Amino acid sequence: MADNIKAYELAKQQREISISEFFLKNRHLLGFDNPTRALMMVVKEAVDNSLDACAEMKVLPEIKVEIKEINENRFIVIVEDNGPGIIKQQIPNIFGKLLYGSKFHRLRQSMGQQGIGISAAVLYSQLTTGKATKIYSRVSPKKPAHYFELQIDTKKNDPHVLKDNEIKWEKDHGTKIEIEIEGRYLKGKQSVDEYIKEISIVNPHATIIYITPEKEKLEYKRVTEELPKEAKEIKPHPYGIELGHLIKMLQDTRANTLQGFLQKDFSRIGAHTAQEICKNSKLKPAEKPKKLENKQIEVLFKILQETKIMAPSSDCLSPIGAELLERGLRKEIQADFYVTTTRSPSVYRGMPFIIEVGIAYGGELDKESQSRLMRLANRVPLLYQQGACAVTEAVIETNWKPYGLNQSGNNLPTGPAIILVHIASVWVPFTSEAKEAIAHYDEIIKEIKLALQECGRKLSIYIHKHIRAAEQREKINLFERYIPELANALSSLTGYKKEILNEKLQKLLKKMLPTLEAKNGENGKEK
Amino acid sequence: MEKMAKKNKSTESLKELGEKIVKDIEKNKNPNVVVPIRALSNVIFNEKTKTLELGDKTSTRSFFDIRQAKKFLQTVEVASIIKKELLETNKHEHLRGIFYITKRTIPETNINLVDEQTESDSIIEDLEVITGLSREELHVSANKMGSLVGNITLLDSGDTIDCSKLGKGGYSVPSITEELEFKKVNAKYVLYMEKAAVFERLNEDKFWQKNNCILITSQGQTTRGIRRLLQRLSEEEKLPIYVLCDGDIYGAYIYSVVKYGSIALAHASERLTIPNCKYIGITMDDVVKYDLKKQLIKLDEKDLARIKQVSLYDWFKDNKDWQRQFKMMKEFGGKVEIQSLATRGISFISEVYLPEKIKKKDFLD
Repeated sequence: MADNIKAYELAKQQREISISEFFLKNRHLLGFDNPTRALMMVVKEAVDNSLDACAEMKVLPEIKVEIKEINENRFIVIVEDNGPGIIKQQIPNIFGKLLYGSKFHRLRQSMGQQGIGISAAVLYSQLTTGKATKIYSRVSPKKPAHYFELQIDTKKNDPHVLKDNEIKWEKDHGTKIEIEIEGRYLKGKQSVDEYIKEISIVNPHATIIYITPEKEKLEYKRVTEELPKEAKEIKPHPYGIELGHLIKMLQDTRANTLQGFLQKDFSRIGAHTAQEICKNSKLKPAEKPKKLENKQIEVLFKILQETKIMAPSSDCLSPIGAELLERGLRKEIQADFYVTTTRSPSVYRGMPFIIEVGIAYGGELDKESQSRLMRLANRVPLLYQQGACAVTEAVIETNWKPYGLNQSGNNLPTGPAIILVHIASVWVPFTSEAKEAIAHYDEIIKEIKLALQECGRKLSIYIHKHIRAAEQREKINLFERYIPELANALSSLTGYKKEILNEKLQKLLKKMLPTLEAKNGENGKEK
Repeated sequence: MEKMAKKNKSTESLKELGEKIVKDIEKNKNPNVVVPIRALSNVIFNEKTKTLELGDKTSTRSFFDIRQAKKFLQTVEVASIIKKELLETNKHEHLRGIFYITKRTIPETNINLVDEQTESDSIIEDLEVITGLSREELHVSANKMGSLVGNITLLDSGDTIDCSKLGKGGYSVPSITEELEFKKVNAKYVLYMEKAAVFERLNEDKFWQKNNCILITSQGQTTRGIRRLLQRLSEEEKLPIYVLCDGDIYGAYIYSVVKYGSIALAHASERLTIPNCKYIGITMDDVVKYDLKKQLIKLDEKDLARIKQVSLYDWFKDNKDWQRQFKMMKEFGGKVEIQSLATRGISFISEVYLPEKIKKKDFLD
């Protein structure tokens, strides 16, 4: 009896939790856990959206980021793009509703994945400053620009619009967002500055103008007019789905037969494979998908996993490309040597992905400390949780010594190098919604290692040649120092004039130089 | 007169070396010096004379060669220092002193002409083999590391020294013994030992007085001065030379250096070796006879490797007695110091061990 009373009491307290309320209590899950990181997150969410929008419209991105400091704990972040703009009716939903967007339900590479980011920034703003977020947007020169001020109704997870005006705006199309937040501006590895620098490396087609809180104007100019290859949307691959997903697909399908469903709703299943799957599942190809019983679906699911099916097409991926990645590195990193590689597509859990690696070496990079690791996923820098990331694991487990970098124990290598690792995938497996660390899939780690090794080999050739050449120069210099000494000693031994001996030896050095170098080269080979 | 001639010969030899190099430079040729190789690969054991001799393998040291340039410069510079600072001013300098004169930083570099004394020592040995002159003739001396007592009177730089009246320390043997004169020799034999501590024991026990002999020591490896002195006592005074060392492979090698010569100084063997000297102890048989097994020090891997190496040297490999010693060393797995005889009584060595050995002529050749 007592138990039942308890159950009724509990029932009174049980109610739906809105996602917004959930965020209020769990903002660390989305990366807003401290003021420094929050500032970076707001910039990141806005810039990621802008770049995605420009990609949709196939326009070369021109993005302006400005951070205004009100006081050391409060900032206004302004991000403006030349993307397609947002139609009036959608503006409140996109900025004022968590988990609203076009990206979650399709399998295509994009920077954002869930449609949670920018509205989380709006919510964070309202939470820390009580201010509304200001949005300007225009879709075409023929249509007026709209200005919104809005907040989020946290109980209903619905937008709460405070202002909605038509305004004059000099832009033909694009979106501008102004968010006031509590934050802290710091420089360093996890700063807004670093984020902008990295994003401009991996988006060499974008021009980004950044006005820092110190009112310094930094311009990151594009180095290519070439737009990234458009990433196609693909259908799920059988290896990448779960049972619940399959049940839902069977319910939602427009196909009338099981064979049709298999062929149309999945990647890489043709008529032959579809028939084979039906046969092995002991189901008729003509069976109605919606009529399948749970037991039958379970068998079908098992057979789908067991059947040999081609890896998904990689059309859905848009890697940066080795050449552009190198140009991106060159424009932002002062180094002596650059090497980049783009691997062939590979698959984890039915999801295609491509690994790209770039290494910059020498120049102004710090010789003494640990090499810098830049992790990026779908062209977005990952600045936090380095230790928890599969990329870090792959870099640490690679033996860098043969490639010319020092490395002690379970650590990143040391030496004047920047190691950039980019993963492009339709679905990047992050360890959490803060999207800062990539989950440890063996297939991903293996591909990263292969890419690192490929670049490492080229790096080692450069380093060893470079060191040899430097040593060679040093040795020739040495002869120039030895000659006066020899002339001096010979002169006192024989009575010959040392000036004459000196002069003759200098001439002889010039004559001997080619053989000196050849000899040294041979020695180098022997080693 | 003879001295003057010698000095001129030395000066001329060094000058010739320099002139050869100048000629190369004038001919627009990579200047080089031909240096006989001083390594085991170029050392021959002459069965007839029973001495180590230098073979005729040479190496060419060139200036314009990245690996040889510094050594070439060292060679010319040391030659010039010896000629100018020592021979021409008639002064002598120690190996250590030569090291300090040459140890300087080459201007505008962080490179020292020499870093270690072994480098300058090695250059001086090179100059000996290049010119055929001895170190003494180049006015370079080594540290004094030896003592002598016994029934002998010497003339050293005009001073008469009676070596039977020198107390506990004895006569300090100079590094160059070439010019010592033997005025009066009453001894019947010379006992040379590697340990200064044993020398002190025997001197305190007046062993040389009771047995009418000369005691000589130098700590560790025998210096050239001592070796030349032993050779002269053997050749000029016809005194038997007995060598007393630790019962280990290093003692055996010390004995072989005194007797046949060394690898590093094979070029000077003629003036240093004593083919008829004898090894008095400690032998592995002594270990058994005098019950020293408990005093054995366990051999380590380095010792065993050295036994293997030394036993294969030409001058040991056909010597049955020594091969037997090496075999016993390995069987015992141990080595024994001279001082271990003290377990039989402090003066056991001077009262029993040595007199017995000499009386029975219980030597190794």
